[in-house]
Amino acid sequence: MTDTATAPAAPIVPDFGDDDAERKMCFIASKGTLDMIYPSLIMANAALMEGVETHIFFTFWGMDAIAKKHMDDLQFTWMGNTAMHPPGGSKVHMPQGMAGLPGMTHLATRMMRKQIADLEIPEVPELLQMIQDAGGQLWACKLSADMMGYTEDDLMDDVPIITAADFIELSADGQVIFT
Amino acid sequence: MPTATLAGIEVHVNDEGFMTEYDEWNEEVAKALAANIGIELTDAHWPVITFLRDDFLAQGETPMLRRVASVSGVPTKHLFQLFPKKPAKKMSYIAGVPKPHGCI
Repeated sequence: MTDTATAPAAPIVPDFGDDDAERKMCFIASKGTLDMIYPSLIMANAALMEGVETHIFFTFWGMDAIAKKHMDDLQFTWMGNTAMHPPGGSKVHMPQGMAGLPGMTHLATRMMRKQIADLEIPEVPELLQMIQDAGGQLWACKLSADMMGYTEDDLMDDVPIITAADFIELSADGQVIFT
Repeated sequence: MPTATLAGIEVHVNDEGFMTEYDEWNEEVAKALAANIGIELTDAHWPVITFLRDDFLAQGETPMLRRVASVSGVPTKHLFQLFPKKPAKKMSYIAGVPKPHGCI
């Protein structure tokens, strides 16, 4: 750096990216467990906060997150997940066999819900509502809806049912993230 | 630490341009900050800005958008209209508080 100028420089103004090219992100949520639905919802919410056009396409088990009947009752199991350790940074691996014991999914779900609540992360229905309020668009997969016997009335409000081809079309100029 | 002259007052800002000294802020400074990013403050903006400042003082950190909406009572949709595209960052910039940290 050379000498600092004596004349008052133009004020530093944060670059909020208003002039940047429009960015668009399209998430595909294909799983309906608590631990697999949150990543797409948190990232979608973050994208909206950053002014990015955001879509989420719910398909297969992901449909549970937008189905009125199930959306407030998503579960968590560590069965098949070797990265599960007891809370608090323990090096211990939770025994896989234990995950299959009766009542263990209920217990694990309750523990995860508490951890999520402690971090002041909203429950899934509230987070989805926040995403919609922030301008995010939710879509449901037609094939999955047919398979599960859902109509739009079974889903949360403002979630149109579209085909896979529709989604491919609407995501053509976006970044697609499969979760 | 860089400074900026806003509404005739010299204020301290960080590298991005966010104010760093809570007490150097006043309403005229807020109007100048808003003008910098193309926002004209209206009666609808002020309750949000006041909430942000009060909450920062009470909590020691800038509230995230969810907290602004749920505690101040201004719906998320309106926040996006008042502070387009990046409401959380823009409102904290105008309110003279740090950028919020956190994921929700």
